[in-house]
Amino acid sequence: MDGPMVTMDVRHVGDAVAVVDIKGEVTSACEPILMSAYEEAGGQGTSRLVLNFAGLEYMNSGGIGMLVTLLVRANRQRQKLAAYGLSDHYREIFELTRLDEAITIYDNEASALVGVAT
Amino acid sequence: MAEPARPEPARPEPARPEPARPEAAGPERVTSAEQIEVSIREAQSEVLPRDAGRWAAKVDRLEVEQRAGMRGTNVAGRRLTGPVQGFGKMWQKTYRMTVGDTVTPEAAIATWKAHFPELWPKGNRFAGALTGISPGDVALLDLAIGGGVKLSTGVFVLYADDDSFTLMTPQGHMFAGWITFSAERTPSATAVQAQVLMRANDPLYEVAMTFGGHRKEDQFWAQTLTALGEKLGAGGTEVQTRTVCVDSKRQWRNARNIWHNSMVRSVLQTLAAPVTALRRRAHSAG
Repeated sequence: MDGPMVTMDVRHVGDAVAVVDIKGEVTSACEPILMSAYEEAGGQGTSRLVLNFAGLEYMNSGGIGMLVTLLVRANRQRQKLAAYGLSDHYREIFELTRLDEAITIYDNEASALVGVAT
Repeated sequence: MAEPARPEPARPEPARPEPARPEAAGPERVTSAEQIEVSIREAQSEVLPRDAGRWAAKVDRLEVEQRAGMRGTNVAGRRLTGPVQGFGKMWQKTYRMTVGDTVTPEAAIATWKAHFPELWPKGNRFAGALTGISPGDVALLDLAIGGGVKLSTGVFVLYADDDSFTLMTPQGHMFAGWITFSAERTPSATAVQAQVLMRANDPLYEVAMTFGGHRKEDQFWAQTLTALGEKLGAGGTEVQTRTVCVDSKRQWRNARNIWHNSMVRSVLQTLAAPVTALRRRAHSAG
C-alpha cells in the first residue's frame, strides 16, 4: 500500500504561534504525520496553531475526522486552532461538517495571525 | 572521434516588453478588473480537486420526502451535527473484519451500498433514496428501542467514493458525528470496516449510551458486518471491535440539544399516534 501523499511543515511565527503548511492529500492515513507536526508545533509553548491549507489537493471524510481529533488535542492544551488557504470547495466542506464552528477560517495568513492573537 | 553536435534544446523566447499603453480610462479599468475576476473564477472551477463530486453539497437544514412504511419524523428541517456539536464523551469505535482475498475493496463497498438496508439487524429499518447511497441523499431510519417503540430519525450521506462512504447524523439522533464504511486491501485479504466518530447528542442519550447503549451499538455493527461477510461469501469471520475514548470531557454547552431528542419525540409520537390518526381522518372527511 502507498504511504500518505502529504507533507506538513511547521513554522514558528513569533513566540506562541505555529503555522503548519499542509501540502497534498489529507486522509486518515496521514494521522501520524499530522500528530507529529502537532507535537513539533506545540513543543515550544505554542498557544496558537494555524493550519495552512493552500496546498491541499484532496481530502476525504477520514481527513475531516482526523482534524476533529486534532481539535480535541488542541482544546485539551487550551490552544487556539485556526485555518486559512481553503479553496471555496474545502471551505464548504468545513461548513457542511460544521467544523468551521470550532476552527475559525481566515482568508490569508496575515488575517489568521491577527485573528488568533485576539 | 569527435562527438556529433547535439541539437540545442529549444529555449523559450525571452519575454518582450509590452509596448507602453496610455492609461486606461475609469470605466475600462472596471471592465478589465471584472474580466480578471471572471478568469480567476473560471481557472478555479477548472482545477476542482478530484474529491469534488464525492462530497455532498452544503445544506443548512435537511429536506426529505416521505417514504412508504416509514414514520419519517424528526428529520426534515433538522441541522446536521458533527462531534463538535455533540454533548457526551467522544468515542472512536472501529468494527473490522476480513472477507478473503477474492473480493476487491471496490466490490465490497459496491455490495455494501447496494444492500445496505438488508444488512441491518432485524427490527431496524433504513429507507434510503432510490438512487442508492450518493452524496447529499437523506435516509430515514426506524430503530427498535424496545417496548414496541420505534425511534424515528435519519442520516445524511456526507461522502461517497468507490471504496468508502460516510453518513452524518441530524439533530436529535442518538449521536452527533459520522460513521465511515470502508474497505481496503491488506497483504493477505480485503478488510471491511465501519468506524464511528461520535458524541452522544445530549445528556439523556449520554446516560442511555453509558448504561447499555454502547453495548447495543457494538452488537448492531458486529451483526451488520457479519451479514455483509456472508453476502460476500466470507461467513463465520470474527468481527474485531476497537473502542477509543478520544475525549473524556462532556460539552455541557450543548446540553440543550435535548430539545431535539428523537427518542423522547418518538415516544410522544407513538403515544399520540391514535389521536393523530383520528385527526387526519376527520380532516380528510371534512
